[in-house]
Amino acid sequence: MTLLIKPRALFIGLSLLCLLAIWLSLALGPVSLPLFDTLRAALRLVGLPIAADGLEQAELILGQIRLPRTLLGLAVGGVLALSGVAMQGLFRNPLADPGLIGVSSGAALGAAIAIVGGSVFGGLPESFGPYLLSVCAFLGGLGVTALVYRLGRRNGQTNVATMLLAGIALTALAGSAVGLFTYLADDATLRTLTFWNLGSLNGASYARLWPLLLVSTGVALWLPRRAKALNALLLGESEAGHLGIDVEGLKRELVFCTALGVGAAVAAAGMIGFVGLVVPHLVRLLVGPDHRVLLPASVLAGASLLLFADLVARLALAPAELPIGIVTALIGAPFFLYLLLRGRA
Amino acid sequence: MLRAQNLQIRRGRKIVLTDITLELKPGEVLGVLGPNGAGKSTLLGALCGELPADHGSVWLDERELSHWNGAQRARRLAVLPQVSTLDFAFRVEEVVGMGRLPYQSGRVRDEEIVAAALQAADAGHLSGRSYLALSGGERQRVHLARVLAQLWPGEAGQTLLLDEPTSMLDPLHQHTTLQAVREFADRGAAVLVILHDLNLAARYCDRLLLLEGGCPVMLDTPEQVLRPEPLKAVFGLEVLVQPHPERGHPLIIAR
Repeated sequence: MTLLIKPRALFIGLSLLCLLAIWLSLALGPVSLPLFDTLRAALRLVGLPIAADGLEQAELILGQIRLPRTLLGLAVGGVLALSGVAMQGLFRNPLADPGLIGVSSGAALGAAIAIVGGSVFGGLPESFGPYLLSVCAFLGGLGVTALVYRLGRRNGQTNVATMLLAGIALTALAGSAVGLFTYLADDATLRTLTFWNLGSLNGASYARLWPLLLVSTGVALWLPRRAKALNALLLGESEAGHLGIDVEGLKRELVFCTALGVGAAVAAAGMIGFVGLVVPHLVRLLVGPDHRVLLPASVLAGASLLLFADLVARLALAPAELPIGIVTALIGAPFFLYLLLRGRA
Repeated sequence: MLRAQNLQIRRGRKIVLTDITLELKPGEVLGVLGPNGAGKSTLLGALCGELPADHGSVWLDERELSHWNGAQRARRLAVLPQVSTLDFAFRVEEVVGMGRLPYQSGRVRDEEIVAAALQAADAGHLSGRSYLALSGGERQRVHLARVLAQLWPGEAGQTLLLDEPTSMLDPLHQHTTLQAVREFADRGAAVLVILHDLNLAARYCDRLLLLEGGCPVMLDTPEQVLRPEPLKAVFGLEVLVQPHPERGHPLIIAR
């Protein structure tokens, strides 16, 4: 596999793609705004002195609905892609997925407990409900991942193969618990649960956005500091150790960043599959496996992909909205199969 | 300088290596010989701190190996494992460049060193290729270049541990590789190399350690170790030993 493009060209291309995605994501929807008005209103929102004539409606839609939704898309896409890079590095396998360490299934379990439990006890105030769901999903993801990590440890060393198997086992266990909650749910909660499992950027609000923005910025700033260590880890754990890398510490950081990032993303937008798997792989095909390029480029590519997927989700059946998880899986699954078969050829 | 004192390694209940007292001297190539399962790779794992000692200790300079910090140790001790599992399409010079991870010597200097190390391992022409597109032997030479780059240019106080660096190489490259290792040691580094080919060991090593069943049998010059009696005792192999007609080192011929 040869290098297709220079890193600099990739960064310029991805930045332009990302800006285009942001622009379209702000402009298009049930009420489509003229592209130029969108641009002017967006520039006004960030504080540039531009005349407000006729922009009131655009500004209102942008500020209240489209901007939080776009930011949510950027953060979720970016952090899922980063987590994918971290897990593919940890497992030294380009087909690894953030879900492997149980964070997604744990979050699903947390969400199921919140949705079904919340409706059973029923007494929760209306405004508290969504936060309870996010908090439970986040804690569920973190909890199951911590357990997977703990199960993978023996004599102070983490065995990633054991972790992988523990992740599979706990994912199955969490799945059966979710199934139990699904069985117990009434029709209304069942609907909520189902839609949550398919993911959506709908209903984005600044209040739910801040924790995710904080976490994803933190992860996006932290992981690139480990880019060289991740490169060495691909040689093998003992080789990385011989090169002076604190391998146990690195593995702990990767698991922690992934649990935090995916946990926060899932808590804010539900389950969105295949971004973490496909994006790093795609970027690697374009510029090679060097994490110094791969990590930042994956953030841009993941953010762009999620915004475009969200546009499809919004516009395909407008005014109704498709869950975004369906769109990403629709794009991601065939691509994954393509990678699998291409590798065999 | 790497020293092992009374080293013993246990896997489960079984003692797989015992009674190892060894000092790797600057400028010396020490060959390790022994039948399959004699504990050669275990010895290498113990000497680089990967396998915890059940008994005894390993010292790097005047400090126990486990007390070194990662990057400092990596600037003194490099290890080439028998097989590598890299499954990502790095370019050859990126793989070798990983050997520079323990240093902050700057991009320009690193590139010079990577080129020199690739040249030394007779892999300079592979530069620019994808690692995954290489053959097994070419990959082996790239990894040799990587560990050479890690200690480049090599000086007294540094140690290189090699686990069968010639196992996948053609006859020419078996010699060029060990020649490169020899030159590396001549600049002052100490080298321990696990080998299976007795004649390569005879030609390139200063001392040989003969292992059998996890115990050291002999540690001496090639002339002393490569005699019919010890080889018969350890390998069960009947051999003739003659001096090499041009170089004089022992030449081992199976009977």
